[in-house]
Amino acid sequence: MSRRLPEVGGVYIQMEDELASLVVVIGASQAGAKAMTATSGPGFSLMMEQLGLAIMTETPCVLVNVMRGGPSTGQPTKASQGDVMQAKWGAHGDYEIIALAPSSPQEFFDYTIEAFNLSETYRVPVIVLADERVAHMREKVVIPPEDEIKVVSRKKPSVPPEEYLPYGSEELIPPMACLGEGYRVHITGLTHNEKGYPDMSGDVHSKLIWRICNKIRSNAEKIWRYKVIGSERPEATIVVYGSAYRSAIRAFKEARREGLSVALLKIETVWPFPEKPLLDLSETSKGFIVVEMNTGQILREVQRVAGSSRVEFVSQLGGDLPDPRGILTKIRRVLDHA
Amino acid sequence: MLKQVQVEHPLDPLLRIDRIPHIWCPGCGIGIVLNAFLRALKELNFDMDRLVVVSGIGCAGRAAGYVNADGFHTTHGRPIPFATGVKLAKPYLKVVVFSGDGDLFAIGGNHFIHAARRNIDMLVLCVNNQNYGMTGGQLGPTTPLDARTSTSPYGNIEHPFNLVHLAAGAGAVYVARWTVLHVRRMTESIKKALLKKGFSFIEVISPCPTLFGRYNRMGTGLDMMKLLAERSVVMNFIDPAEAVVDLRDKIVCGEFVDTEKPEYTEMVYRLIREKSGREVTSIVES
Repeated sequence: MSRRLPEVGGVYIQMEDELASLVVVIGASQAGAKAMTATSGPGFSLMMEQLGLAIMTETPCVLVNVMRGGPSTGQPTKASQGDVMQAKWGAHGDYEIIALAPSSPQEFFDYTIEAFNLSETYRVPVIVLADERVAHMREKVVIPPEDEIKVVSRKKPSVPPEEYLPYGSEELIPPMACLGEGYRVHITGLTHNEKGYPDMSGDVHSKLIWRICNKIRSNAEKIWRYKVIGSERPEATIVVYGSAYRSAIRAFKEARREGLSVALLKIETVWPFPEKPLLDLSETSKGFIVVEMNTGQILREVQRVAGSSRVEFVSQLGGDLPDPRGILTKIRRVLDHA
Repeated sequence: MLKQVQVEHPLDPLLRIDRIPHIWCPGCGIGIVLNAFLRALKELNFDMDRLVVVSGIGCAGRAAGYVNADGFHTTHGRPIPFATGVKLAKPYLKVVVFSGDGDLFAIGGNHFIHAARRNIDMLVLCVNNQNYGMTGGQLGPTTPLDARTSTSPYGNIEHPFNLVHLAAGAGAVYVARWTVLHVRRMTESIKKALLKKGFSFIEVISPCPTLFGRYNRMGTGLDMMKLLAERSVVMNFIDPAEAVVDLRDKIVCGEFVDTEKPEYTEMVYRLIREKSGREVTSIVES
């Protein structure tokens, strides 16, 4: 980006640390720019404080986290999916977030654009939750002509400055005036009222937090991205996201070759978690096989949504992609118990 | 009969009157610094729509919320990188960071030295009250040796920063220190810094009678002001290393650095224009 951005009229800066990286992004976005930053595990941990600031001030921005083995310095340049819950819960306080998990370089490209569009639409930081495998992968990527790329920008206020409420509650997502536009806004990470002024009353806090949660929750169906591949009424369903999908799809094809009644749910927006397809699939599926490169994070979401269905887990730690044979074994186990 | 007349204060238009009264304690010096800042803006006839005031956390950090301009109140220690982001997106805006010594030099110290090193165009106005006032008077990076605070009940055993020496060493192009009693000189200094292209730093020594003063038996706010009057000495352009703040001896005030060097956002945009072949002056389309 340091090479490319100046060529296309963009600004690149390498900050002194990851705290500063996300704050500089928030500053640029508040001034009206589209801004993003990219990091891996330890940097993502450092960004949590500023993630909260972006959520609280409803600043559109994009964070790419290339997950590696952790905690701490962990396994630099080895793949992991260990930060899924951190992406959802890493900052203190109550909030909702959007996170997209690409499984290929093409998806990495597409989801980054989508991340900007979602962040501008919902005024929320959007995380592209990639992992080392997909980040270092070389594969064909089709870059469409500029005019074919859908670009969404934040809604601007239609009222004059004296009537403008930066955090007006008439809409779930208030229009955003930016710095230097004459609106003379005051923005704070403190709990604030509709004018943007600090207000510590319980009512104001409760109203604000419910609004920033509900703007995502009530639009979840519009935000969800997922694919269901295979049988319409499967007896077993693989649930997977990110580069672990590459192992899962291999196991899925193998199972289908054996004539097994199996489907694959590829989750593209890990947050908000797409509950609907899981609920639908749990009507026929005897069980789910969750495949993750961690000790079980989305696993718990599946257990929560799938109710009494049997849930098997394929865990891969250490940096390699899961072995498709292990997934196949778990598929047979689910079906044997069916 | 006396008639009650309500007269607008000449600085009212520069304030968010609906947020007054402010939160600062009686005897605190932050209001004086805010007054000097607003006076400087008024005397320069500064376009308030081209100004962004950024604060961090703490007593001084509330200043951004009182100025009738675009303002942003960041997380603790992060006003400088926020200001950097604004400046990179819209270089034509003037950004002023108005914050305290704890915010800028403890948790935010790393950002301060790097912004000064880059020479990014902004004014950092630091109210130095020698402790963390808002949270109960804990010791900070500017607390004098031996001073008592809520977290140094036996006397501080840490050496404090000399902020003007630090700023000069990190590369600031304008560096000055005043006390809250130097209202006119402080105002002139702020005017100069507002017009300066580059990273400017002004430290203002301020009393905190509620906490620092009480812990160190320094009397009332007025007594602390008298101490500042007695101890301060103006020594313009002496070596910043020699410009000490010693409440028991002398507080060296004055301008210490006033120099020129290429400014960061100008260099960023020169590079963009050169590489893109386009006349880009801001990455935000107006």
